[in-house]
Amino acid sequence: MSLARRIIPCLDIDGDRVVKGVNFVGLRDAGVPAELAARYNSEGADELVVLDIAASRDHRPTFLETIRRVAAELAIPLTAGGGIRSAEDARAVLRAGADKITLNTAAVARPELISETSREFGAQAVVLAIDAKRDGDQWVVMVRGGRDSADLNAIAWAKHGVALGAGEILVTSMDRDGTKSGFDIALTAAISSAVSVPVIASGGAKVPEHFKDIFTSGQADAALAASIFHDRIQSIRELKEFLSARGIPVRLPC
Amino acid sequence: MKIALLDYGAGNVASVERALQRLGAESQRVATPECIANADALVLPGVGHFETLIRALDDRKLRVPLLDAISRGVPFLGICLGLQALYAASDEAPAMVGLQLFPGGVRSLPAVVKLPHMGWNRLLMKNRSRLLEGLDADVYFYFAHTYAAVEQGQETVAVCNYGMEFVAVLEWENICAVQFHPEKSGEAGAQVLRNFLRLCA
Repeated sequence: MSLARRIIPCLDIDGDRVVKGVNFVGLRDAGVPAELAARYNSEGADELVVLDIAASRDHRPTFLETIRRVAAELAIPLTAGGGIRSAEDARAVLRAGADKITLNTAAVARPELISETSREFGAQAVVLAIDAKRDGDQWVVMVRGGRDSADLNAIAWAKHGVALGAGEILVTSMDRDGTKSGFDIALTAAISSAVSVPVIASGGAKVPEHFKDIFTSGQADAALAASIFHDRIQSIRELKEFLSARGIPVRLPC
Repeated sequence: MKIALLDYGAGNVASVERALQRLGAESQRVATPECIANADALVLPGVGHFETLIRALDDRKLRVPLLDAISRGVPFLGICLGLQALYAASDEAPAMVGLQLFPGGVRSLPAVVKLPHMGWNRLLMKNRSRLLEGLDADVYFYFAHTYAAVEQGQETVAVCNYGMEFVAVLEWENICAVQFHPEKSGEAGAQVLRNFLRLCA
């Protein structure tokens, strides 16, 4: 018996639409959130992530409505994030139907947000999202959708976040995101071996080998991807069959 | 039939509600002693902290009506923390007194594995189960927890192994409980809920 490695499609949300960009820029439309959610739910996704990439106060009600619609389609866990700045924001997102929240920029600005939300909702509901970019021989944390450097070492930040109560780390490689050149194995392995909680790898996935590599050399517990699933470049079922045939424990859809 | 979903303010009641709805079962959110006393079936969902759950039950004076209903034979389903609450105590909040329906305590899973235990895992059958009827032995269920009931008894029908063996499914007369989240476990989870509804009928 062993814990299955998870495959997690991610919906980047702008208003009431799914969008996708390359290296966090050049956004284009990729569909209706609830429709994609229903498809992934039936295709064997292990979990779904929705991120409000605009994350502006004005768009908040729209995003909460999107969470409600997406949650209604799912019989798998839902993680939602983007623009969560307070325990109150977190509560609204969880009440709308999410099982977990992701914290990113606001947690860098005020790390206590991690402990506050972890205390109130449990560590299993708090995912620390880290956007990391290679800088010489280390990785630095980027904030505000990848626009600014937080002047923070990504591995040190992951450890600090876990100490504060984060129950999971979602690490996105800014260097790989949208490039389809494979997950950042060194970055993910470095974080995974530094923390005691599960790690979700994100950014750069295209072919099944990329997933196999991130689950083996990269030591990831879960792998997240967006456009390759949205655009039907990769089917979740075939991906899982590929992984299963190579000895990686996955939940095969029936 | 009135399925009462205990809504004590912390658990993710909506997802359990939706999962039951998909199976054609009507449920009602309840938070008062009267509603519990009148229920035909009870579901105690739970995420979060042991202390939050026990305090919420006691603050709302739900402990006695809940135990009364269970002893009258009302079908009961505990989910996640709703399973842990059935034991005497939990290391997560040692000062809190559980529902004491089963002996032993709830402990942290060992730190030799990544915690929380988050994701899809399989079960190991210990006894004949009504909740797991119609399911293959190798199906996966979704878990999200750090603490778990470790003492096995006649009520233990299935365990899961993550760092150590812990109680994943228990059934005793009208009491059923699962450590995983059936409402988040796809078709396998739906089958568990379907089986519970059949027990209620």
